[in-house]
Amino acid sequence: MNLRRDVFQAIADPTRRAILLLLTTQSMTAGAIASNFDTARPTVSKHLQILTECELLKQEQQGREIHYHFNPNKMKEIADFIEPFRQMWDAKFDKLEEVMKKYKNK
Amino acid sequence: MEQKTKIKAEEGKQELIITREFDLPVELLFKAYSETELVAQWMGTKVIKLENKNHGSYQFETSYNGNVVFKANGTIHTFIPDQKIIRTFEMENALIGVQLEFLEFEKKTDDTSKLTIQIIYKSEKHRAEQLKLPFAAGLNMAHNKLQELLVKLK
Repeated sequence: MNLRRDVFQAIADPTRRAILLLLTTQSMTAGAIASNFDTARPTVSKHLQILTECELLKQEQQGREIHYHFNPNKMKEIADFIEPFRQMWDAKFDKLEEVMKKYKNK
Repeated sequence: MEQKTKIKAEEGKQELIITREFDLPVELLFKAYSETELVAQWMGTKVIKLENKNHGSYQFETSYNGNVVFKANGTIHTFIPDQKIIRTFEMENALIGVQLEFLEFEKKTDDTSKLTIQIIYKSEKHRAEQLKLPFAAGLNMAHNKLQELLVKLK
């Protein structure tokens, strides 16, 4: 049985997570991506295939080259990309509120 | 429920706007940013230096197991009690670069206040580097959760 690839499967691998991070700010060719890793190129290609299959990456033909893009839509929306950052601040501000309420009641 | 902390990060821009309403009078909210002891408590960092004045500077340092894991510094451009702080912020050894921060403290009622932080990065790419940090941590967390789940299923 061929299991459908999903996002969780895609991020379960550290190399694939590293590829995603690499592509969050720029689009790159398979060769350029592979040059960032010690892994053999076919292995990187396999990772790219998996990430593309589950739509975390999108391919775009640019002349003779194929560029890979991070597809934030797959993380539902760009807002989800910001969500961990928002939660970090939310937690910090909750702490601020807690510290200051204690301070006030002293 | 409406989210207390909001982040606005428009595409194509190199700024972020963070807003948060507090159940605190504006004077107490401002104190949380200006008193060394209090900053250290809620930020969870050691405050090496904090000069609250125009053209002052500050330095934070966080250690974990005896190793310094986080170092940040900046200069304070404008300091107006209970109203405004304009400062730079730089996380050392990070790709984010120096950022310019406008912090506005606003009184809502006698017991509530609002903080608006506008952060300007060198470029949209630098802003993405900032957003990437917790995103990366989130990815790792999602992965760990998945692993926990898989271990339980075994």
